[in-house]
Amino acid sequence: MSTHETDVVIVGAGPVGLFAVFELGLLGLKTHLVDILDRPGGQCAELYPEKPIYDIPGIPICTGQELTDRLMEQIKPFDPVFHLQEMAEKLEKLPDERWRLTTDQGVVIDARVVVIAAGGGSFVPKKPHLDGLETYEDTSVFYAVRKIDAFRGKRVVIAGGGDSALDWALNLQPVAERVTLVHHRDGFRAAPASVQRMRQLVDAGEMDFKIAQLAGLEGADGKLQSVKTKSKEEGEGAVPADALLPFFGLTMKLGPIAEFGLNFEENLIPVDTEKFETSTPSIFAIGDINIYPGKLKLILSGFHEGALMAQAAFAYCRPGERLRFQYTTSSSELQKKLGVR
Amino acid sequence: MKVQVTDLDGKTHEIECKDGWTLMECIRDAGLPIKAECGGACACATCHVYVDEDWLDATGERSEEEEDMIDLALEVADNSRLSCQIEMSEALDGLKVTLARDAVL
Repeated sequence: MSTHETDVVIVGAGPVGLFAVFELGLLGLKTHLVDILDRPGGQCAELYPEKPIYDIPGIPICTGQELTDRLMEQIKPFDPVFHLQEMAEKLEKLPDERWRLTTDQGVVIDARVVVIAAGGGSFVPKKPHLDGLETYEDTSVFYAVRKIDAFRGKRVVIAGGGDSALDWALNLQPVAERVTLVHHRDGFRAAPASVQRMRQLVDAGEMDFKIAQLAGLEGADGKLQSVKTKSKEEGEGAVPADALLPFFGLTMKLGPIAEFGLNFEENLIPVDTEKFETSTPSIFAIGDINIYPGKLKLILSGFHEGALMAQAAFAYCRPGERLRFQYTTSSSELQKKLGVR
Repeated sequence: MKVQVTDLDGKTHEIECKDGWTLMECIRDAGLPIKAECGGACACATCHVYVDEDWLDATGERSEEEEDMIDLALEVADNSRLSCQIEMSEALDGLKVTLARDAVL
């Protein structure tokens, strides 16, 4: 467990959270960002890395990944600290008016200002609709592989047809007693090379592939015994299993920020339009997560909100200091901060 | 043009659709619950619907991109479609679809 101190902690490293680093950085404020994904970019990285965006001012067309890359380059001079693959779990007020944010990995960040830039919430694994699923989670059902060795000698069922499913089927095959890949069709969105390798292993009798869908779980006390399947051709079936790994991608859930004591209106955080501050002083909300009269869920709106938020954040972080409005084109002070002078 | 959308409780809603809009946009615009997390870019599978058997010919085949993305849907059936990939036109007036659980929950 480690404790960090900073001026501003930003929950969410999507485009709006990233640009907030820039606006805060120009004012001399240091930032830490927390994001559940393994890389910055939020929805731009997870959903739209190769899809075109046409409405960023001055950039007629760029992909989600290109926008993320450009923002990362733009904020580099401000040296933000990223806490990736971590979920902002708890927020407490410290006696000295600062906030203490704790992540699900036990990382503690103390900051005067909190900025919620969490978009549509946390990206979490999509769960199959199977009766009793929750009772097997973390004992027999896993949505990620932390240690390959945990599956040594186990009968493992992997469900899905993307890269996660295929990669883990291939990686676990040498250590598991048996790997069975279950997918609804004989076609895959995963990389062709992985699919070819999987088919070779199946042909050699070293792995099983079943064209079917998950239909149920059998076992007791969190210990899985078999995974029930169904298919149009073969009807109902069952695969003996000690572990199930479903890989159906990610979905967005609000998650623990719902418990931060903030006001919510249908999963959105109401803010004022002068500072984009929530009803809790020194906690701000910018981007898709906030709501105010006339709100448009556009990246450019989030950029604007971040710029105004930064002005108000400065007042909390540097009380008594005067803030001078300056342009990057002409201010020697800003240019020094950007490292171009 | 109108479309009949059956929700998770089995209740059917008749919604008004606009020519050239996608079915997902029409369902969302009508205020029915549909996650459609990526907003219609064929980049998730959370606008998953089942097309009534009588309308399969009229709605056409899934594209390869849609087929790949349906790998991320749950409870896939032969009549599974991503509603952001169905463009509304007069030929689809009267279309009947049912929301899939993973489009709502």
